[in-house]
Amino acid sequence: MANVVLKDLRKSYGNVDVIKGVDLTINDGEFCVFVGPSGCGKSTLLRMIAGLEDITGGSLAIGDKVVNEVQPKDRGVAMVFQSYAIFPHMTVRENVEFGLTIAKATKAEKEAKVAEAARILQMEHLLDRRPSQLSGGQRQRVAIGRAIVRKPEVFLFDEPLSNLDASLRMDMRMEIGKLHKDLRATMIYVTHDQVEAMTLADKIVVLRDGIVQQIGAPMDLYHHPANLFVAGFIGSPSMNFLDVEVKGRDGDALVVSNGALDPVGVPSTLEATTGTRLKLGIRPQYLRPSTDTQAGKLHGTVTLTERLGSETVVNLRLTDDSALIAALGEDAIFDRGRNVSLSFDPTRAHLFFAE
Amino acid sequence: MASKLTQSNRAGWLFALPGFGLMVVFIILPFFFAISLSFTNQRLISPNPTEWVGLANYRQLLGMGMITLDAVTDESGQIVRDDTGAPTYPRLREYTRNNPDYPHLDGMKQWFSFGRGGEARTFVLARDLVFLTAVKNTVVFVLVVAPVQGGLALVLALLINQKLRGINIYRTIYFMPVVVSIVVVSLLWRFIYDGNNGLLNNILDFLSFGYFEPVNWLGNPKTAFGSIIGMSIWQAVGFHMVIWLSGLQTISPTLYEAAEIEGSSKWQTFRYVTWPGLRNTAILVLIVITMQAFGLFAQIDVMTNGGPLDSTQTIVFQAVERGYGKQDISGGSAISVLLFLIVLSISLFQRWLTRERT
Repeated sequence: MANVVLKDLRKSYGNVDVIKGVDLTINDGEFCVFVGPSGCGKSTLLRMIAGLEDITGGSLAIGDKVVNEVQPKDRGVAMVFQSYAIFPHMTVRENVEFGLTIAKATKAEKEAKVAEAARILQMEHLLDRRPSQLSGGQRQRVAIGRAIVRKPEVFLFDEPLSNLDASLRMDMRMEIGKLHKDLRATMIYVTHDQVEAMTLADKIVVLRDGIVQQIGAPMDLYHHPANLFVAGFIGSPSMNFLDVEVKGRDGDALVVSNGALDPVGVPSTLEATTGTRLKLGIRPQYLRPSTDTQAGKLHGTVTLTERLGSETVVNLRLTDDSALIAALGEDAIFDRGRNVSLSFDPTRAHLFFAE
Repeated sequence: MASKLTQSNRAGWLFALPGFGLMVVFIILPFFFAISLSFTNQRLISPNPTEWVGLANYRQLLGMGMITLDAVTDESGQIVRDDTGAPTYPRLREYTRNNPDYPHLDGMKQWFSFGRGGEARTFVLARDLVFLTAVKNTVVFVLVVAPVQGGLALVLALLINQKLRGINIYRTIYFMPVVVSIVVVSLLWRFIYDGNNGLLNNILDFLSFGYFEPVNWLGNPKTAFGSIIGMSIWQAVGFHMVIWLSGLQTISPTLYEAAEIEGSSKWQTFRYVTWPGLRNTAILVLIVITMQAFGLFAQIDVMTNGGPLDSTQTIVFQAVERGYGKQDISGGSAISVLLFLIVLSISLFQRWLTRERT
């Protein structure tokens, strides 16, 4: 078991900076998720921790030992790849015990460790099969098994569920979560799926263009996003953003409004003067539409209603012609073309400077 | 677009005709010609009518016999020995020339002999010594060239399968001999192997500070075939390197990364990741080399003409030599048919080796 400490970690390919100085501490036994859109550098960062990519600048410490120049095998890490990377010509057993074979372990040791890994992952019946006879989920299980037998200090997962179909992904997600609780190992997990990030993580690191946007616990990020990008990235459906203008200050709150929004005071620490243009972020779940057009401060027309079963997503066109989404309880019925007003709790809304 | 032209069956055949016709005239007809000619006594140019001779050509080519002879003894029962102390044996000619007791050995010559314990010795006789030498040489050529050329090509492929600056220069250099005509290459190597002022002798002389005695590489029966083997390996190694390279590049890079994280050494990575991933490529390379090696001809024709003392005879060279050099087209055809059977059986063996396992 070990903690992982990144200090001003940098990576560039020639003149192109990919990772632009990441500071991060992952505690022993923590489940840390790197999340961000494609090309944000999250996989590169993981591969730098694994030792598959050279580190251009800064320092990387695993278990209080700087490992910048240490070979991957000596870093005490195991990695699970998106493409599984299991060896096609070996049986499941040979794949799982590969690390032990390389280390020239005895037969008895190999058998004991493989049996234990197979028990944890419930794949005893698969051990003598070949990878071509396995489904995607089973293959990923083999890849995880190969990681487990080495008893690494840090597990690295590089988008392990991306190649699986939706229902399998949910099962495997829960299993990985369970695995983390059973093994109590430090795990670093890369994904572009914010649902995986929210459900699995103790700590989420949101990355964009090689820069950390915010680090925090899942609900922390959800309720207190540090900037416009994090606010838009975390949560589904995404947060609504309205262009608003500051009308004045009222104690802790900034009073804002626009063509569709009556003036409302939103608590904020932003240094904004009257006339500044800001973005007002409101999560779809916190909007309450009403057929009474005077009940709320936002005004618009329903353009589409999508019933998902557990919730109903209502698309609206506001009076200033911008679009808005509201996510409501399952039985809310709003017909297309209906004029509505929407109310919301200003303490759950966020103000950001426009980027 | 469906027009009358693209839908017409006749138009299709007309378009195929030039290629198809050439294939019929130069590949398919000669193939059947060769088979039927091999059962006749047809000569290239001859006023005599062609006669059906059955398997006589094959009997001539493959006829072999064995005879075990006791050492010659004098009146007292002592074995007569020659100057070196080796026992002497009766002259084989007495058995192979007009001896009514040994009609099946008539016309044969000694190929090789081996002792059988005691002083008796078994002599293996062949009706067509040159052809059997050619078969032996060809088999030796295949057995040496297939593993050595294949292995060397793999080593080169591994070396150039790296991301290095200027790696394309090396790829080009290694591939260059393949695109040069084998006749040109053979001519050049004749200069390299030259006994008087050849490049090889000069280099060896230089490296050994003058201690090396110059060798007439192609003029000495002991070195001639080896020289041809060496030059042949060099010439085509680049081609097989490219095949290996394509095989190497089908192996997923993440497999190497997974092996690296697991702590695999270079050799272990090769053993557990690279080599298993190259299985199909390996079979292909070996089969292609084997097929090409059986067809060994141009080097012989340009460099040695089968000599010295028949030490560089090969099957194809014999087929050509006999069919056109000696105008014995039926004998040459029989050799071609035998070669076809050898290559066919290897090809079938390969199909069996690479069959889909259920």
